Amino acid sequence: MSSLTIKDVYKSFGHVEVLKDISLEIQSGEFLVLVGPSGCGKSTLLNLIAGLETVTRGEIFISDRMVRDVSPKDRDIAMVFQTYALYPNMSVRKNISFGLEMRKVPKTEIAKIVGKVAGILQIEELLDRKPAQLSGGQRQRVAMGRALARNPSIFLFDEPLSNLDAKLRVEMRTEIKLLHQRLGVTTVYVTHDQIEAMTLADRIAIMKDGKIQQFDTPRNVYRNPFNQFVAGFIGSPSMNFIPAQVVQIDDGQGVVLDVEGDRSYTLAASPGNGRLAQWVGREVLLGVRPEHLSDSLPDMDEDSNVHELECEVMVVEPTGADTIVFVRINGMEVTCRVHPDSAGKPGETMKFVTDMSRTFFFDPETGERI
Amino acid sequence: MSERSLSVAPRTPGVIAGRIFIYTLLGIAALYFLLPFLIMVMTSLKTMDDIRMGTLISLPREISFEPWSEAWSSACIGVNCQGIKGYFINSIKMVIPAVFISTAFGAVNGYIFSKWRFKGSEVIFSMLLIGCFIPFQVILLPMALTLGKLGIAQSINGLVLVHVVYGLAFTTLFFRNFYVSIPDDLVKAARIDGAGFFRIFWRIILPVSAPIIVVTVIWQTTQIWNDFLFGVVFSGGDSQPVTVGLNNLVNTSTGVKKYNVDMAAAIIAASPTLLVYVLAGKYFLRGLTAGSVKG
Repeated sequence: MSSLTIKDVYKSFGHVEVLKDISLEIQSGEFLVLVGPSGCGKSTLLNLIAGLETVTRGEIFISDRMVRDVSPKDRDIAMVFQTYALYPNMSVRKNISFGLEMRKVPKTEIAKIVGKVAGILQIEELLDRKPAQLSGGQRQRVAMGRALARNPSIFLFDEPLSNLDAKLRVEMRTEIKLLHQRLGVTTVYVTHDQIEAMTLADRIAIMKDGKIQQFDTPRNVYRNPFNQFVAGFIGSPSMNFIPAQVVQIDDGQGVVLDVEGDRSYTLAASPGNGRLAQWVGREVLLGVRPEHLSDSLPDMDEDSNVHELECEVMVVEPTGADTIVFVRINGMEVTCRVHPDSAGKPGETMKFVTDMSRTFFFDPETGERI
Repeated sequence: MSERSLSVAPRTPGVIAGRIFIYTLLGIAALYFLLPFLIMVMTSLKTMDDIRMGTLISLPREISFEPWSEAWSSACIGVNCQGIKGYFINSIKMVIPAVFISTAFGAVNGYIFSKWRFKGSEVIFSMLLIGCFIPFQVILLPMALTLGKLGIAQSINGLVLVHVVYGLAFTTLFFRNFYVSIPDDLVKAARIDGAGFFRIFWRIILPVSAPIIVVTVIWQTTQIWNDFLFGVVFSGGDSQPVTVGLNNLVNTSTGVKKYNVDMAAAIIAASPTLLVYVLAGKYFLRGLTAGSVKG
């Protein structure tokens, strides 16, 4: 039983309010990712869960136990830091066993635990080395080993992969995921990288300026963002936001898209976008992901929501598996993701298709979904 | 290590001339500093006749170590004719506890200021910093009163207390600046592991403090051993350190002024700090520029 409940938590440092009205609940064994840009408060929230800082208002419950006055060492948590924070004067073995030593665990027990943990993380040969003699990836493993040895109710990760090179980051990400599948310990993971968030999380809490913007599964956060910030944060390359005029079309509404080269298209919004009716004659932001502005989409011939556009290609960026093509719509630079073989050259006109059922409409002032 | 240095200038006549010029300049500067010391050494090895008959910079005609043994155990200082041996021992009795205590407190202070910041800690630290810049003459009277009230005026313990108090500003500064480079995450990790304030200091912080301990000990040893002001004001009679003893020796005039003994006594008084520099000087520099942890 290692659930985590955060209720109406506020945190201020002096007069600066860093966290506002945070409420989250995760079940035992869940992998929660806190993601957001620098300064959004995610590390502060992690420190509050760990007990390294105290809440200004609100409550935190670990396994249904209120932990307001409980010190970090008694909260049954273990933390992995971005800087690894390994004790430089101690060997790997001592690093892993330090916490157990503090808890007066018998020596034979400690040796067993260290052996087991070293086996899981494959660091047996490193046990007698000092941190300075290890590579970044090895240090990260030792840091995880130190956390594992504690066998806590909750694992806390504070941007553990940020200091690693790109390739190592991807490898370690998979290892962390495998570890979680194998051990099933409740985990709270902080990162600024949305790809890490999407790949690792059972549920994601996207934060900005101290508030939670959306708390949902990765799939929902991608397919159903609550506001412009979430929509633009998740997904790479990020979503296009095209300012467009709303017009009445028969019984429904649509948007006008003026493409570079004097072409104008009026695309009907998919059914279900009823609130657009209040916006006729006004400007909204049309949100469309690059992967939904492509040279071809599945079922494009049967789907009534799929429309065709002809646009002039401005810039072409091949990435290997896809090619990113930049076009200009409504005066805005728009990214499209196409198959490498279909990409045109700059200056050429290309046929694009877009699926209006996968687009979103946002209030240009508040960023809220319409 | 590459065979060649990174910037090897071609051996043109202009470059060689420039090099000769630089070395000449450096040589003259070195001579300027070393010459007085050389004269001291030479004078201390001469007999009085030698000094009378020769010039300041002439080499000794015969080398005699008699001035040295006289300086150590039989020279007359005031009315006592027991050399500077007693004063030398007083200095040692004063320096060792003073260096140890001021370094130890400086370490804990630096640890607190860098890792356990509390409300008002920055204010207290600024006040401590100002302490580095107060001219010592300013505090002579208040300190004399304090020592009197504590009953340790005119004693070695009094001197130790004075040096500890006035060394604290520097030692705290040294340690605090060093510990700032230790990542805060290290303390956080230790707290989560269950270690408390002193356990973290003893097991994690101290073991990596070697560079700054060396710096602080060297600095404090040199400062305290060489100090004259506190020594002459706060000690008396048989608690006076070697700096005071030396001053008194040179100013004692009972007939002939024995320059060779004076020189020998001066070199004896200066020798510990000279030794510290020779043995540990490069560690001083290394310690000042060392970071504390890697990774």
